[in-house]
Amino acid sequence: MKLTMWTYEGPPHVGAMRIAASMKGVHYVLHAPQGDTYADLLFTMIERRTSRPPVTYTTFQARDLAGSTADVFKTACRDAAERFKPDALLVGASCTAELLQDDPAGLARTLDVGIPVVPLELPSYQKKENWGAAETFYRLVRNFTGGLERPTEIAPNSCNILGPSALGFRNRDDVTEIRRLLTANGIDVRVVAPLGATVADLARLPQAAFNIVLYPEIGDSAARYLKKTFGMPFISTIPIGVGATHTFLREVRALAGLPEENPVGEAEDRATWYARSVDSNYLTNKRVFVFGDATHAIAAARIAHRELGFKVCGLGTYMREFARDVREAAEEFGVEALISDDHLDVEQAIIEARPELVLGTQMERHIAKRLRVPCAVISSPVHVQDFPARYSPQMGFEGANVIFDSWVHPLMMGLEEHLLQMFRDDFEFNDQAASSHLPAHAPEEPVRAAETVVVAEAPSVADSVWTSDAERELRKIPFFVRGKARRNTEIFAARKGIRPITVETLYDAKAHFAR
Amino acid sequence: MNKPLVSCEPGATIRQRGQHEVFCGLTSIIWLHRKVQDAFFLVVGSRTCAHLIQSAAGVMIFSEPRFATAIMEERDLAGMVDMHDELDREVARLLERRPDIRMLVLVGSCPSEVIKFDLNRAAERLDKRFGSKPRVLCYSGSGIETTFTQGEDNFLAALVRDQQLHGASDKVAKLVVAGSVADVVEDQFARLLDDLGLEDVVFLPGRSSDRLPKIDPNTRFVLAQPYLGATAAALESLGATRINALFPLGEEGTTAWLKAIADTFGVSPARFAAVTEAPRRRAVEATAHYRSALQGKRIFLFPDSQMEPSLARYLSRELDAEIIEVGSPYLHREHVAGELAMLPPGVSISEGQDVEIQIDRCRAAKPDLVVCGMGLANPFEAQGIVTKWSIEFAFTPIQGYEQAGDLAELFARPLIRKAMIASDCSVSRRVAP
Repeated sequence: MKLTMWTYEGPPHVGAMRIAASMKGVHYVLHAPQGDTYADLLFTMIERRTSRPPVTYTTFQARDLAGSTADVFKTACRDAAERFKPDALLVGASCTAELLQDDPAGLARTLDVGIPVVPLELPSYQKKENWGAAETFYRLVRNFTGGLERPTEIAPNSCNILGPSALGFRNRDDVTEIRRLLTANGIDVRVVAPLGATVADLARLPQAAFNIVLYPEIGDSAARYLKKTFGMPFISTIPIGVGATHTFLREVRALAGLPEENPVGEAEDRATWYARSVDSNYLTNKRVFVFGDATHAIAAARIAHRELGFKVCGLGTYMREFARDVREAAEEFGVEALISDDHLDVEQAIIEARPELVLGTQMERHIAKRLRVPCAVISSPVHVQDFPARYSPQMGFEGANVIFDSWVHPLMMGLEEHLLQMFRDDFEFNDQAASSHLPAHAPEEPVRAAETVVVAEAPSVADSVWTSDAERELRKIPFFVRGKARRNTEIFAARKGIRPITVETLYDAKAHFAR
Repeated sequence: MNKPLVSCEPGATIRQRGQHEVFCGLTSIIWLHRKVQDAFFLVVGSRTCAHLIQSAAGVMIFSEPRFATAIMEERDLAGMVDMHDELDREVARLLERRPDIRMLVLVGSCPSEVIKFDLNRAAERLDKRFGSKPRVLCYSGSGIETTFTQGEDNFLAALVRDQQLHGASDKVAKLVVAGSVADVVEDQFARLLDDLGLEDVVFLPGRSSDRLPKIDPNTRFVLAQPYLGATAAALESLGATRINALFPLGEEGTTAWLKAIADTFGVSPARFAAVTEAPRRRAVEATAHYRSALQGKRIFLFPDSQMEPSLARYLSRELDAEIIEVGSPYLHREHVAGELAMLPPGVSISEGQDVEIQIDRCRAAKPDLVVCGMGLANPFEAQGIVTKWSIEFAFTPIQGYEQAGDLAELFARPLIRKAMIASDCSVSRRVAP
């Protein structure tokens, strides 16, 4: 057993639901107990969809267990096929039904429902949501491309986009942005899947020259299968950030046999100039902690470092499947990658890294709020506010513009930061008050005593004693770097055997470490 | 406004089996952990259970929630480890982190029940091991056993049973008001009951994990919520007697509820009238603001919390709405008999659900307002059918006199909103001089 306060990913059948809900004409019959229909809300409330997800649940109850839950499942299958008339039926079990061992695959085979049935084996006690989505997408692709031949004549500039899905972080606008960019650059986008695709579209996948995997956690296994079976090459450079978008377009153009030249669309890039403008000078070396799914975390760390001039002080992911990629990326920034799906570990790592900005998921918002550190959301899991009405891609040049705004927004603005340092005791403008442009983000009162367990100020290095003068002096340092200063001073004092820590020690340590 | 009470047996109940679009009992943790402030709710279940609770509660930014899930893993199921040892270890870890917890509640889920994990035994063992510091209780919130608010029912029943095992506090309870209501509602009820001259009134659950006062054959109890079948049975097993009443929704319901209590304890009619007169007048006045929005409106209620019969009675009698169908996940015949008797003839009552068929029935009836869960609400809205999402009735103070207007507003709001947004707002009010 594992104690879990928050979970970064849902169970694998939620991943399968995301694929079914992304596509058209695919219905999912899920053997699950009463109550598992909560997952519908993810789509109707968080993503604000206008229709119910195409999922039929058997919703068995305790009294059904005495009888035949297999019959309940068969009835649900027949009714769903008849009522919704889908082009294909996905069948599978949720975690409780997995324990019953009714074998949805076998049962569905016996049912002649007159349409293709794709059975799913999703081990709920081992795997999680993204794995479930990837596996479901792979099964569907395999099922509907199986036995097909690749056409002899294929336009070299034709491609498919794989990976975008329902409940994916900003997938809706990313697809729009990337499709627009590709089209402008002379690429013919054939099928986007699973988002918006039909099973007939899946059968058309082998007709394109190559694949673009925008979200490897969902599209990777299908892309590998298409490469192995049909020899289709694929690109998995993720076009998040200006640099990555340039690389991505260069690679795509090369693969499509187009001449190497500046990509169409770069004129829309304002993020590069914004980051260069003197106003952004104060962003230099701001310490940033990055956590999320592997794709977004790696992309965010690179943007933070190379495009915004932040200092990456932590990088991690909750996706073990992509741990190697994140470890490699972390090496670039000289930090050790955090691979964990335990949000308490993440909290501890954030406390230790003492960032000035946290880029993470909905869970890191909780942590950052408690530690009073500015935070921006870069990855799933996210809540309803991160399925915005406005156009807000993360990918492509417009995505880079969106990222610039949303990451810089939570930080205290430059002039305010200066004034805070110069005049510390202003009655309305002090470091207990939040940034003046962020009224909504201000914690109104300290965290309630009953809920305080880990102290916001992390435990000091053992045995360090501060004189009261030194403590007072420490408080003159702006709050967003104060934690770092305290820790550095304590490390410095411990190394030199200094006790107690005086004002002198504080400044000695400052000189020793620089900022 | 209030029509004369016509006692009528509604038509045959529609009983249906099929897909149930409802929450499981685990969801009740979301309000219970706020109500009982020193309790911690630990679900023994799967990742699905953890995902459910955080999807429902995740928008609340807690630095440290008072609920968690012990997620069962492959090795637990394969019997490679003893699940009881595993649970003990995780509980020890939790208590180390949260030494302030005074009551630990183990909550059973579908997976733990399907594999027949004995949570009762685990709770007893842990309670012994920690010397009741914290005390350890358990109840089932699984979807196979419970629907939404029934989770609270099982929790309260477990609190009552705890008295049999561990005794009670020194206090004596003459009247137990069972069912969690918002703190502000509880305070109002306490004031009213005090004004009626009642002593030794106990609210279940209390705001802290203190042991229950003594419940014995001298105790009377009244339900403030309609979903408390198991709790009522547990109280009755200690000898307590139920006061039969309507549920305290709206002016009429609240008055009937208080009257049943007052009559039980021999409060004089004069005193009752004196205490309730002003709040009754206020409740009628507040409700009247919204009658025009709801009068004659045809309302269809999907099953969710078992509060539906009471809500329908209130809508029909105090707001003059027309009720098409009252769905309830479960009908405790005895407890809601009064509510059902007050519905006008012709109202369909349905127990259980086959959601697709019920949706067909609902669409065919062309209602003006559909009370339903969040999985159905937006899809209905997108088809032009106005909805009121039902989970809000569990999370909003709606009981009692002072909330009667708020309750009406909950129903009126989506209709008012529709009218507002539909009206043409494009013309600028600013006119050049």
